[in-house]
Amino acid sequence: MKLTGAQIFVESLIKENVEIMFGIPGGALLPTFDVLYEAPVKFILARHEQGAAHMADGYARATGKVGVCIATSGPGATNLTTGLATANMDSVPVVAFTGQVATHLVGNDAFQEADTTGITRSITKHNYLVKDAKQLAGTIKEAFHIARTGRPGPVVIDLPVDVQRASCEFIYPREVNIRSYKPKYEGHPQQIRKAVDLINQSERPVIYAGGGVIISGASGELRELAKITQIPVTLTLMGMGAFPADSDLFLGMLGMHGTYFANHAVQNSDLIIAIGARFDDRITGRLDAFAPKAKVIHIDIDPTSISKNVGVDIPIVGDAKNVMREMNKLLAKLSPRNREKRKQWQNQISQWKIENPLTYKKDGKLRPQFVVEKIYEVTKGKAIITTEVGQNQMWAQQFYKYNYPRHFISSGGLGTMGFGFPAAIGAKLGKPEKIVFDIAGDGSFQMNIQEIATAVNNKVGVKVAILNNGYLGMVRQWQQLFYKKRYSGTDLSPNPDFVKIAEAYGAVGIRVSEKDEVDDALRKAISVDGPVILDFLVEREENVFPMVPIGARLDEVIRGLA
Amino acid sequence: MKHTISVLVENKPGVLARISGLFSARGFNIDSLAVGETEQQDISRMTIVVKGDERILEQVMKQLNKLIDVIKVTDFVGQSHVERDLVLIKVNAGKAKRSEILEIVDIFRAKIVDVAANSLIVEMTGDEEKIFALVNMLKPFGIKETVRTGIVAMGRG
Repeated sequence: MKLTGAQIFVESLIKENVEIMFGIPGGALLPTFDVLYEAPVKFILARHEQGAAHMADGYARATGKVGVCIATSGPGATNLTTGLATANMDSVPVVAFTGQVATHLVGNDAFQEADTTGITRSITKHNYLVKDAKQLAGTIKEAFHIARTGRPGPVVIDLPVDVQRASCEFIYPREVNIRSYKPKYEGHPQQIRKAVDLINQSERPVIYAGGGVIISGASGELRELAKITQIPVTLTLMGMGAFPADSDLFLGMLGMHGTYFANHAVQNSDLIIAIGARFDDRITGRLDAFAPKAKVIHIDIDPTSISKNVGVDIPIVGDAKNVMREMNKLLAKLSPRNREKRKQWQNQISQWKIENPLTYKKDGKLRPQFVVEKIYEVTKGKAIITTEVGQNQMWAQQFYKYNYPRHFISSGGLGTMGFGFPAAIGAKLGKPEKIVFDIAGDGSFQMNIQEIATAVNNKVGVKVAILNNGYLGMVRQWQQLFYKKRYSGTDLSPNPDFVKIAEAYGAVGIRVSEKDEVDDALRKAISVDGPVILDFLVEREENVFPMVPIGARLDEVIRGLA
Repeated sequence: MKHTISVLVENKPGVLARISGLFSARGFNIDSLAVGETEQQDISRMTIVVKGDERILEQVMKQLNKLIDVIKVTDFVGQSHVERDLVLIKVNAGKAKRSEILEIVDIFRAKIVDVAANSLIVEMTGDEEKIFALVNMLKPFGIKETVRTGIVAMGRG
């Protein structure tokens, strides 16, 4: 049967079980949107292409499926780029379709033309320009395969408008075979054996796990590993939820705004077992002074992550789930001597926990940390939390306990302000049964505030908790600590009235300025079906602590200001 | 340290940009680059000569391997291999100097591929050192133009 390129596009999405896609149409996508008009794929019209990309991203992170977005040529495609770079840094499977001018006009400075494959080359896992309708089905099949396998990531398919109109036979390939792309899922057995030996010999080991554990669906294996070996676990921002926060073995996050005890445990450890994490600069602190006594086992599906920043003693390339499963089989019960050593190590860590817990000033004032704790309490820790970037992100990480994977969604690598709100919309559409909260800052929220319209029109009941301090708070904090309080370019006040904005869009707005109003406001927000914007007027100059300044060792921690 | 890297890739548009992008993004200059089809039409081989910090180069090699269109990456450092570069040199050659130039060309087993009233084009294949030596010998006559293909390399045996 002959189909047009546009029909092939839609039929291919159906073959890939795509239920929903996010985007904005345009001139170069008219043939495709005409077919979408009656297609069984739900289309969510965003208000900015960046929002559409983050929605696809949030959907993918919450569900584990591939997120799909679409934008027109030129400005539509360039607006997508921040979303693509965000997904790329955090290994999120997204397939993005972009319209392109007709093939005979490509390279001609045509209206709304941009070199989309050129622009997105370094911020995607792979990209394609389809110049012939006959190649479209095969390209889409490949794109979904590449996006979801190995270390996942975004893939762009650039689709000239004449290719959408051309017709050809539709044959959707059953299988993909790319000779130059064969991700390695099984860890090398000998490396795994060596790792197990090293774990058995270690006296002060720490597990350092990241987003790879969540992507691989390996939370169960991680719990098992920690349980057999009684090794404490610290997580990266991307790893939140991969290990239950209420476990005694949990150390919280490590790194710049990690807990005092996680950072001290890592610095004093004799073995770091890194799983699906990549030792980035926010984690290691001063690199040449990072964990000086530790040997390192590094499990990652991406060989480029291994020995990139920190030298590794036992590299294991493979899928976190498979490798841990094999390790767990080989790990024997601890010998009495080792049990004693581990016990001492845990006692030391407990001591650090007692001496320097994660806390904040508890007085009558409305502080952002309190709001986050209350959200945890009211949602019983079962909500999906997305964050914006900055102080809000760190407080969301520190004061909400994540016990389940895919419940903490945040732009970790790129640090994209404006991510959390559209990501929350995508997450809620993927997991409608869940309460979804975007813990936001007043600065970040305004970067994609227009998506309130998307949430309202599609009845997406996300809740936004703005921790409103009238500042670009994290930058202000750095200016306070390192630039003599010269608050250059960081004061956002006076902010617009977020309650009125919510109402103008047809959402519910609630303002909270007192501590004792928080509980009621949150309960009311949850009881409302549609989107709710909560404007918490918090202490303006609250800071995120503990903090390891740039260039300092992980254990050179600023604990707080007197 | 100089590295001669051989990269086997899918013969598709955009592949060269992906590969050169990995070097340029890290501020590495590519000293030479030669690309051509292999015995299989859909596979090309690139030979890239690059100098740089060892640790960063190792990372670049891994990143090259990670590219979807890259089939195989080989670094010839420490491996027994043959390197060849082809050079064309247009050199000033009035009647009086021609025989002198021809002598040099003979010694180097190079060839004259074009003769004009006041110049000659010399073609030679060899490794970097030999090309350098020939260029030095021809310099006194006045070199008008030089063009090189870039090094191609192949492992021995």
